[in-house]
Amino acid sequence: MKTICFYFQIHQPFRLKRYRFFNIGRDHYYYDDYSNEEILQQIAGRSYIPANRMLLDLVNLYKGRFKVAFSISGVALDQMEVYMPEVIDGLRELSHTGNVEFLSETYGHSLSCHYDPVEFRNQVKMHADRIKSLFGQEPKVFRNTELIYSDEISDMVYDMGYRKMITEGAKHVLGWKSPNYVYTSINQPKLKLLLRNSRFSDDLSFRFSNYSWSEYPLTADKFISWIASTPPEEQVVNLFMNYETLGNIQPSHTGIFEFMKALPRFAFDRGVGFATPGEALDLYKPVGAASVPYPISWADEERDLSAWEGNTLQKSALETLYSVSERVRLTSDRRLKQDWLYLQASDHFYYMSTKHFSDGAVHSHFSPYTSAYDAFNNYMNVLSDFIGRVKAQFPDSVENEELNSLLLTIRNQELEIKQLRSELKKVIGSNEANLVVKEKAPKNPK
Amino acid sequence: MFGWEFPPHILGGLGTASYGLTKGMSQQEDMEIMFVIPKPWGDEDQSFLKIIGANHTPVAWRDVQWETAKSRLEKYMDPQEYYSLRDHIYADFNYMHTNDLGCVEFSGRYPDNILEEINNYSIVAGVIARTYNFDVIHAHDWLTYPAGLHAKSVTGKPLAIHVHATEFDRSRGKPNPTVYGVEKDGMDNCDHIICVSELTRRTVLENYHQPAWKVTTVHNAVEPLDPEIEAIERLLGVSEKVVTFLGRITMQKGPEFFVDAATQVLKKSDHIRFVMAGSGDMMNQMIRLVADRGIADKFHFTGFLRGKQVYEMLKSSDVYVMPSVSEPFGISPLEAMQCGVPSIISYQSGCSEILNHVIKTDYWDVDAMADAIYSICTHPAMADFLQVEGKREVDNIKWEDAGKKVRAIYDKLVH
Repeated sequence: MKTICFYFQIHQPFRLKRYRFFNIGRDHYYYDDYSNEEILQQIAGRSYIPANRMLLDLVNLYKGRFKVAFSISGVALDQMEVYMPEVIDGLRELSHTGNVEFLSETYGHSLSCHYDPVEFRNQVKMHADRIKSLFGQEPKVFRNTELIYSDEISDMVYDMGYRKMITEGAKHVLGWKSPNYVYTSINQPKLKLLLRNSRFSDDLSFRFSNYSWSEYPLTADKFISWIASTPPEEQVVNLFMNYETLGNIQPSHTGIFEFMKALPRFAFDRGVGFATPGEALDLYKPVGAASVPYPISWADEERDLSAWEGNTLQKSALETLYSVSERVRLTSDRRLKQDWLYLQASDHFYYMSTKHFSDGAVHSHFSPYTSAYDAFNNYMNVLSDFIGRVKAQFPDSVENEELNSLLLTIRNQELEIKQLRSELKKVIGSNEANLVVKEKAPKNPK
Repeated sequence: MFGWEFPPHILGGLGTASYGLTKGMSQQEDMEIMFVIPKPWGDEDQSFLKIIGANHTPVAWRDVQWETAKSRLEKYMDPQEYYSLRDHIYADFNYMHTNDLGCVEFSGRYPDNILEEINNYSIVAGVIARTYNFDVIHAHDWLTYPAGLHAKSVTGKPLAIHVHATEFDRSRGKPNPTVYGVEKDGMDNCDHIICVSELTRRTVLENYHQPAWKVTTVHNAVEPLDPEIEAIERLLGVSEKVVTFLGRITMQKGPEFFVDAATQVLKKSDHIRFVMAGSGDMMNQMIRLVADRGIADKFHFTGFLRGKQVYEMLKSSDVYVMPSVSEPFGISPLEAMQCGVPSIISYQSGCSEILNHVIKTDYWDVDAMADAIYSICTHPAMADFLQVEGKREVDNIKWEDAGKKVRAIYDKLVH
């Protein structure tokens, strides 16, 4: 039996406001509240909320035979909590059905795996805690930002205790192999991988409403028959896409919701089932190892990191950002830590891309800026202010290691003082008790 | 006088210089100035001169009612003047594109068909020259040389041309032959050439082959600051020193040398930030360069600044740098010094000839520039000295004096 594995990505960055050079040092609020709220509400109204409702109906209707998975970045959760809590409520309801899995990722939708392994681990941990507290699930499957993956990353993920991961079925990595099997990491044979089927996924997210596509219109019947007619030994078809595909990228008038509603019925008719990534990875045995020496992702034609670090602007911004990561970890200022997460979102670097042709259009479509240079200037102004605040926390002349040991000493002393205080209290308490006993003692004989 | 720009609607330094010079000259009691520009907006300050719009001067006869002329032209000039100008149309220009008043339209900017606009401007000049009485013709920059020559040939009055920039400055030594031709023709046939600096004078002598006696230098000056601008406070919240480049980001201004100097300084110090204010065709290239050098967290771009923003930027700066590769004069360091900002300029800019309390380096000498930036930012004594002495110096550079020099040239031409 073949299995379809759906996974939807939800992410919204905190877009930055127009931050001029003159604001540096005077204004420490960086976000464009108006457009963040506006965009989120728009997308939620068109996509997240109706899609949540539809998926809930489907899950209930098929009583556990229809399953999906979500990966939601921490920054998106933060933003929805402020502007659109009903989306989270809808997801929580889905979670209660027991047929929806939540995946693990980096909290800030960041590229930290590539620049700062410590930060990467912290963010994954932070995200897992957040998912646990919101949805009551402990994520077992790891999904990196934008499906970025390499052998090196698989080591880190394995070290964190994950045994399941999903990524892109990039053609230049797979070659003649099919993405419709379970693979393992070449470095960590125990880490199982699920690969995105880019053809079928993109049929839905990009081509579904394209009139000039030869297969238009795409019906659920036709789509399932394509999946069913893949070679019989292929086990699992991974449809990974942005959640906005349902209703926003493909607006509801294109019939995407009706398509999704009809899909399970045709699937079951043809003997195709559904599973969450976690179940699919339990169900099937790996057929081989995937070797990915250079990082891949699901973005653009190249399926690599060039969308975020393809030019000098992006590289310079990323390097500057992560140059202060150690310092940020030393502080305990909560606002600073929050800004640190929000500034790491990969979107900020995506806006600075100068790639042309078809993908360039996609970049500029999502960008709030008129040009990559504009995006860079604005981001760097914000970053300058941020770095100034980080440096203001501790004197610059102290080396990180020295500072770390000093802070450790201070913290230890604090603990020690606390301990001594409580001991002192105990001693005083017992002394008082003794005194009371002594005072009382003479009275007792009476 | 024939000019191309006049404040408040200006596109470059030419307008500012035209305003300052005419205002300075108007302080001479027996001086009356009539200033022709392609397209007045109606809000120019006409208290000390009279502005005539080339686009309000008829070149083809039309039967215009008084009421129409009044309603259309009152904002710009006395309608009666329209009729007296109309009486001096000297040829039939009906083949040209004219409006219902018989006037040619001008953009007043620097459009692609600038040569056509220059030609139309000189046709109009013929009408104006026949209408009014004057003693000297004065033409500002190559755009108005043909008009000046035309007026001279019609009236026989002496022509002085004012060289604010040459094609050699604008193109870093690769002149456009057409522009060069217009410039050369103007210089060959005028009676006197006024240059804004010795640097420009040398260019005129060497590249345009003019006799030395015909060419005089009259340095530009600067208008005193408005009290309103004087009152602007430092806007920045950063604790670091701010080093500013302000101007068009083009080849002529040498922005890449500023970036190089910034890279040198930032390697050694942590208390300095750099700002490149303005826009231009090399801006994106500069942003890439800054990112490439890895100094983007300390090097900022503001984009184009207008009006008051320019002074806000200057008032917020600790050092002003102008590394121009070839600058005929360059009024902006003077403005920076007025705001009390220590300045670093290149020897290759005309204003370096008259400024003493600034630091001068060669534009290519990045090390010297970096050194100067570092010392001004690090040693308060140096910064204070340049600030106080610089302001005192620049406050004594007055347009009135420049006006007197121009007057002396006029006197020679008339007698």
